[in-house]
Amino acid sequence: MANDTGFRSATISVLVDNESGVLARVIGLFSGRGYNIDSLTVAPVEDGRGRSRINVVTSGTEMVIEQIKAQLDRLVPVHRVADLSKEGPHLAREMALIKILCAGERRAEALRLADAFRARVVDATTESFVFEMTGNPDKLDAFLDLMRPLGLAEVSRTGVAAIARGTRVI
Amino acid sequence: MAMTTSEMRPGAEVLLRALKEQGVEVIFGYPGGAVLPIYDAIFQQNAIRHVLVRHEQAAVHAAEGYARSTGKVGVVLVTSGPGATNAVTGLVDALMDSIPIVCLTGQVPTHLIGNDAFQEADTTGITRPATKHNYLVRKSEDLARVVHEAFYVARSGRPGPVVIDLPKDIVINPAPYAAPATAPHRSYRPVLDPAPDAIAKAVDLLKGAKRPIIYTGGGVINAGPAAAAMLTRLVRETGFPCTSTLMGLGACPASDPHFLGMLGMHGTVEANLAMHGCDVMLAVGARFDDRVTGRLAAFSPQAKKIHIDIDPSSINKNVAVEVAIVGDAGRALSALLDAWARNTKPQDRPALAAWWREIEAWRGRDCLRYTQATAPGAIIKPQHAIRRLYEITRDLGRETFITTEVGQHQMWAAQHFRFERPNHWMTSGGLGTMGYGLPAAMGVQIAHPEALVIDIAGEASILMNIQEMSTLSQYRLPVKVFILNNQYMGMVRQWQELLHGGRYAESYTAALPDFVRLAESFHAVGLRARTIEELDPVIHEMLATDRAVIADIAVDQAENCFPMIPSGAAHNEMILGPEHESEAAGITDEGLVLV
Repeated sequence: MANDTGFRSATISVLVDNESGVLARVIGLFSGRGYNIDSLTVAPVEDGRGRSRINVVTSGTEMVIEQIKAQLDRLVPVHRVADLSKEGPHLAREMALIKILCAGERRAEALRLADAFRARVVDATTESFVFEMTGNPDKLDAFLDLMRPLGLAEVSRTGVAAIARGTRVI
Repeated sequence: MAMTTSEMRPGAEVLLRALKEQGVEVIFGYPGGAVLPIYDAIFQQNAIRHVLVRHEQAAVHAAEGYARSTGKVGVVLVTSGPGATNAVTGLVDALMDSIPIVCLTGQVPTHLIGNDAFQEADTTGITRPATKHNYLVRKSEDLARVVHEAFYVARSGRPGPVVIDLPKDIVINPAPYAAPATAPHRSYRPVLDPAPDAIAKAVDLLKGAKRPIIYTGGGVINAGPAAAAMLTRLVRETGFPCTSTLMGLGACPASDPHFLGMLGMHGTVEANLAMHGCDVMLAVGARFDDRVTGRLAAFSPQAKKIHIDIDPSSINKNVAVEVAIVGDAGRALSALLDAWARNTKPQDRPALAAWWREIEAWRGRDCLRYTQATAPGAIIKPQHAIRRLYEITRDLGRETFITTEVGQHQMWAAQHFRFERPNHWMTSGGLGTMGYGLPAAMGVQIAHPEALVIDIAGEASILMNIQEMSTLSQYRLPVKVFILNNQYMGMVRQWQELLHGGRYAESYTAALPDFVRLAESFHAVGLRARTIEELDPVIHEMLATDRAVIADIAVDQAENCFPMIPSGAAHNEMILGPEHESEAAGITDEGLVLV
């Protein structure tokens, strides 16, 4: 703690009451206190119990990440805060829809790479493809890098959903 | 789960019933279109008193004064739109100083929300970062539950302001009543009891300390008078020196020889040097604010730090600590005292005695001294005016509450007025809100009608909420406003002198009002002291007057507030007085950026 200089990325999951304004509280906390948001997802996760799960990928020094957790935890509608990247092995997945505009030889190349990355073709015209791809964010980044010279035109990414491996629950 | 009765009553009645059940005796407020049904319901009952302020900001400060002097939740009622936006400064003030407030705001009816209706504002949006929590009541069946929950949130854990936004149809339409929930809150359950292993670790460190210090803050006041008593016991049993933040004054009696006075930017030499040189620091309900720490990299470099706080986010925020104790200050201090008694490890008494000798040498420098010329016609030193006010009120023996505005006078009051008990000192610490003191004093006087309530003010700050003189008059509140009048925004002028080459941009107030006639026009008594021989008689007359008084005390315009740790400097780099002012020239560019 005394040498608080190392920057790291943290994937934080927050279980909140599914009520109006709760996302604004969380986002406002990050912007108001100058914390980074690298990725953010939110959706209701408990049928009938009115709770949502927010996954935030952030970065900072150990002290800042501890501070982010403590700040989140004191929000009234927050039930649980877990730093998945700290508490043990975890899975992080993101889905992307990727539009490629290309013709001729480049179409075959795009399809070959998509196959290698297990991206699915969900839409195609003679001048375009839309690929659907799920994976951890690094994998998505790598695929997008390959698609760029082949005519990458548009990307829609969901942000990260994360969960702990094994029996651990938030 | 909350018990819901089948009987439906208009929302406003349900609201008042819930307030009454929460023990509310007084509301500070200002009416308007969106809250008319609530005012109508207030009109038809006698259990809850309403105090009409002259500006919504003042309603919140008054509720803060009420809350801080009683330990209860202060309640505010304002209308939609400008009523709510005017209250925002007060809400942030209460947030920064952790004061429990429930602020009811009117809102346009639910079907008009979002339509830019007359006097509509997105109150929950605007107040989200200004409150501990806020609610918009959209369904009548939620009304009573939300009110009870708001009080729970406001007073639990680290206290703070809570807004309940009430659309007009919600307070008109029939609503069911619900008693307060008996089950624990579904998500907000602050940790109150300290972890025993953390307490044990803390006691080990404290027992081995050679140069210890106890540094206390507003958290001890918020934890209640019993916590302050526990702190005093700990200080006396350990024999450790104790210093306090601006917010914590009164928790440890100022007359106790262990008490070193306030620390920080305008703290005493002995407090700051003891903080700088200590080897073990026990922080209790204090948050290592930048006014307290000075330059962080040079803050208390050798100390192992123990931090007691009810808010986990206050721990390791600015300063990394060795032992973190999350819990209520009173419970933690009590656990600490028990563990201290059980721990058989002996204290290093010789080292503590040597530490005290060092501290006494610093104390011997008498850093708060000033020179007051006594010949008739001499100019009054502001410190002397406060010293005399303190001595005369102390000798009077009446229960005395002090509020302040913000600036030099506030720091002089913190330095020279000595507090023996908690909850008798109300000042805007975190936000530094000019205009706080008069309305806060109003709230204190409402809660303590028989007590002496004095707002120590500056002539600039007092004008920020001067309209409340009218409230004092309406409710016959005998608040004393003691203005140290130097015709400058003194603290701004001081910084301009020390840091900006003496270019006094906009810090001089031309065309000040005649405060004596101003008081009279508000049906209060105006007094004035121009020179030293007039000071004591004016104080005596002010205290003997059973009405609101403005005492306009003309003080030395050139006086600066010392000691001072310039921004970006460390505790051992204090400017002690005018003879050291040139040292401010050494302030770095990094320091200049800081406020």
